Amino acid sequence: MSPLLAQVQIHQRTQDTCVSDNGFCPGWIADNFDRYVDPFFQHVLLTVVAVAIGFLIAFSLALLAYRRRWLVNPITQVTGVLYTIPSIAAFFLLLPITGRGFLTAEIALVSYVLLIIFRNILTGLDNVPEDTKDAGRGMGLTDRQLLWRVEVPLALPEIMAGLRIAVTTTVGLATLAFFAGAGGLGEQIFADITFKSNVVTAGGLAVLLAALLDGGILLVQRMITPWTRVVAAR
Amino acid sequence: MNFSDSAHPPGPSARPQAATLEFREATKRYPGQDEPAVRELSLTVPSGEICVLVGPSGCGKTTAMRMVNRMIDITSGDILLDGQSVRERRPAELRREIGYAIQQIGLFPHLSVADNIGTVPRLLGWHRDRIRARVDELLELVSLDPAETRGRYPAQLSGGQRQRVGVARALAVDPPLMLMDEPFGAIDPINRERLQNEFLRLQREIRKTVVFVTHDIDEAIKMGDHIAVLQKGGHLMQYAPPAELLMQPANRFVEDFVGADRALKRLALQRVRDVDLWTAPLVRAGEPAAEARAKLADSEVPYPLLVDDQGRPLGWLSERALAGERVTDELRSRPTPTLELEDVLRDALSDLLAEEAQYGPVVDERGAVTGVLSIEILSHALKTDPDEVPSGADAL
Repeated sequence: MSPLLAQVQIHQRTQDTCVSDNGFCPGWIADNFDRYVDPFFQHVLLTVVAVAIGFLIAFSLALLAYRRRWLVNPITQVTGVLYTIPSIAAFFLLLPITGRGFLTAEIALVSYVLLIIFRNILTGLDNVPEDTKDAGRGMGLTDRQLLWRVEVPLALPEIMAGLRIAVTTTVGLATLAFFAGAGGLGEQIFADITFKSNVVTAGGLAVLLAALLDGGILLVQRMITPWTRVVAAR
Repeated sequence: MNFSDSAHPPGPSARPQAATLEFREATKRYPGQDEPAVRELSLTVPSGEICVLVGPSGCGKTTAMRMVNRMIDITSGDILLDGQSVRERRPAELRREIGYAIQQIGLFPHLSVADNIGTVPRLLGWHRDRIRARVDELLELVSLDPAETRGRYPAQLSGGQRQRVGVARALAVDPPLMLMDEPFGAIDPINRERLQNEFLRLQREIRKTVVFVTHDIDEAIKMGDHIAVLQKGGHLMQYAPPAELLMQPANRFVEDFVGADRALKRLALQRVRDVDLWTAPLVRAGEPAAEARAKLADSEVPYPLLVDDQGRPLGWLSERALAGERVTDELRSRPTPTLELEDVLRDALSDLLAEEAQYGPVVDERGAVTGVLSIEILSHALKTDPDEVPSGADAL
């Protein structure tokens, strides 16, 4: 009976057969929904902070590599290594240094998204048509003006695509953040992994969060890149 | 500066309208290459003239042009803009004073037409209202409807419209010098001809100094006040007005480059407005047939031309149209090709041949018929003494 002890926390004081059978019980979900609210917002925070910091670092790296091409390979390799380290391994490797908690989880999550965002930003910048840049330079834009007024805006579709992949991936990965003691929906899932109602609710919330963030970014993208949606003439 | 002699309202810029450009033994040598890309190029472009750099690919014409606004730095020698060396100028500042239009146009796809045209004015810190007024003025100058066009993105324009916006953008701050690298290269032949004519018409108003790069000798002859023929390595073979280039090529290279059909090309130096057109027997539907027959008798053209109230051509009338008491609208054929006063004779001839027509009505800017051009007039123009052929610049 001892492996089932953990379930006692969630199953407490219930006579419901559905619940005692570990089934999918809408009634139980409705009654217990409030226990998912805090982990949900922890999860939002974990994801948004990781992607935001990851974006800032990756964006700086991409601008650097865009101007100094020789940096592309080293940056790709380093972020590539960070990308391949399994997150769980990263959590446990970091524990002795940063201890349990939010910081440890964020370091692992940020390292994971760097490569995705870096590659997309660089691709976006590289795809800016040569004649557009030539025209801009020929009209007297300085390198900095060209970057912020022409190159970055034209790279936005790829940049935003990178953010969407990063956000959905991070929502998934953050379910493991409880191994680092950072909470999140993962903690709820693993609190009673055999109870269908619990797994479906926590997992469903994670999927919903990924969809919401993804849709939000898509919406922002449509707002800031109106030229990509115009109907081409003739 | 004095704008009073200009046909269009002065731009909001207080710059001189045109600069003198001088290449002084300008040389571009790339490291690791024996032959310079441009070798000691010396030529002067007088203020307000179009200088065409023409030659086969690899002749250094684009390099020579890009040295002017320091997109490519000069290795030795110098380029002077109104007497001042471009080497003494900061590149970004210099470029803002020089209009720049390239083959692929390079419009910014993420900016509206208005923002594209307003790019350099914004860099120079113009007030928003002034930029808006200038954008509308320029759009009208290049024959685009401001209300319809200014809010559009480049992807929503046709190739010809994009080209016009590109020219408007290059003109935004009324620069004294324009650099144009195969600006009509990516346009289909029909629209290309129209854009060339439009630009020449525009140039007569704005009188900029223009450096125009092309590989097409016909375009060079049509557009240039002076033509510089370059050979591989940026050797200047000849620098002369088009007529002189056609009549007295300096050497075998120029002769070959100009082509065997030099005589025919001379037709490209004259415009429809330069020759004596025949009087068109213009009739309107419903007018007395006797009057129409009288007009027909006075004209060299054997067919009456039906026009509408504004004088625009509707078609050649059949004989039966004049048979009754009043003129009817029974057409023999459509009024094609309809020619414009600005068309060069070579294009006009080509249009006539394409339509298998002997006569083509010529219309003015409003579309009203002003005369008729015939194959006979053209063959007479071909026989004319070469010395009487005016250069493209004088064909005003």
